[in-house]
Amino acid sequence: MFRNQYDTDVTTWSPAGRLFQVEYAMEAVKQGSAAIGLRSKTHVVLASVNKANSELSSHQKKIFKVDDHIGVAIAGLTADGRVLSRYMRSECINYSYSYESQLPVGRLVVQLADKAQVCTQRSWKRPYGVGLLVGGLDESGAHLYYNCPSGNYFEYQAFAIGSRSQAAKTYMERKFETFTEASRENLIKDALFALRETLQGEKLTSSICTVAVVGIGEAFHILDKETVQALINEFEIAGEEAPADETAPQDQDGDAQPAAADQGPADQGVAPMDM
Amino acid sequence: MTKEHANWSPYDNNGGTCVAIAGADYCVVAADTRMSSGYNILTRDYSKITQLADKCAMASSGFQADVRALQKHLEARHLIYQHQHNKQMSTPAMAQLLSNTLYYKRFFPYYAFNVLGGLDGEGKGCVFTYDAVGSYERVGYSSQGSGSTLIMPFLDNQLKSPSPLLLPAKDAVTPLSESEALDLVKTCFASATERDIYTGDKLEIVVLNAKGTRREYMELRKD
Repeated sequence: MFRNQYDTDVTTWSPAGRLFQVEYAMEAVKQGSAAIGLRSKTHVVLASVNKANSELSSHQKKIFKVDDHIGVAIAGLTADGRVLSRYMRSECINYSYSYESQLPVGRLVVQLADKAQVCTQRSWKRPYGVGLLVGGLDESGAHLYYNCPSGNYFEYQAFAIGSRSQAAKTYMERKFETFTEASRENLIKDALFALRETLQGEKLTSSICTVAVVGIGEAFHILDKETVQALINEFEIAGEEAPADETAPQDQDGDAQPAAADQGPADQGVAPMDM
Repeated sequence: MTKEHANWSPYDNNGGTCVAIAGADYCVVAADTRMSSGYNILTRDYSKITQLADKCAMASSGFQADVRALQKHLEARHLIYQHQHNKQMSTPAMAQLLSNTLYYKRFFPYYAFNVLGGLDGEGKGCVFTYDAVGSYERVGYSSQGSGSTLIMPFLDNQLKSPSPLLLPAKDAVTPLSESEALDLVKTCFASATERDIYTGDKLEIVVLNAKGTRREYMELRKD
């Protein structure tokens, strides 16, 4: 994209019917580090690459728990993402307060999309510079949505956003038909494989990625480092092959340390400055 | 020149009694399950106890509509706290939050008489007792509600050292074991049920300790 006279503010149309500021906001998402999501009939897995700016700093938090049944992974301006996560949490809390039941994911993403749209039609605002992969469960099953800065949202079987996300998308395009019926373990492994594609040869370790799961009977939570590393080791030892669909040898509890069985709450290793 | 009075009150008293006792490594929170209005029983099976956090439970007697609203408010606030701090609220923190919440409605109070029980930061039992507008105190044991006038003096007599009447209280917790505390609570309610018409039907007991939370029930007289 190049600078032109129609891109100064968001309330100016170009002659071709484009809003350049909104498109520039979508560029910000493409520049952020990768985040991916995949869903099966019963589970949704979100994963993100967490690169720290330097060895001295901690990494950015890119996956947020919104409620027991919803989580979100972001790419782009993480500050905007944090603010939107806070909004989503607040909406979920208010809904359960009023209706004593969980906010359906489809309702939340519409509210989020409407909120984003407002910023595309006010001269004193700017669009949010963050893309959100919202994964959650409700009465109608498991869902994965992508919310853009433009105010659009789409439902996906699997999606990737951020830098080098095309590599992950290519991997997932090959395999997505297996996702609906995939077991929880295979879904997580596919997420890790897809994430690895975005690293372009760099070694995938649990210190540079975050993985989170939500499923039927399983509240949204971020997997701890040990569990993730154990899964990575398992498939790297098994070779470069992506996991087959049969679940027999895939039982993670057989390989991993006792820590792997502990699907505890949020990541304990996160430094305080991440909030 | 008599003052004109409302022909309607926003409050009702649904009766009932609550008790909490703190020990060295546990806390017992108990309440009867009778909900009444005037001389009528609305239901024999209504819980007045809610678990606000992993290690914190609250029992409230008074106007149950206000109690339920208060419980929902605190639950929502606890969720926000967990999102912001990445951990559960401690019982002393919840105690302060409850006090502030009650005082916020100083001029249209929650008609709720609360006892908060749980484990503090060190794993010791703690009980906090409240009035309707948020005045609170940490104690070793307390009771609230229609049977409290019958139960409280009995507990003061049986549990001398943590009694706040012996100023300052020698201990913040009772020297009882968990099973002794449970027996004491059951005795209190069996006695209160005899003379207080608003207390009876069933006793619900929540026990919080290092192993987690468990619930126990005991039948009470239904008359």
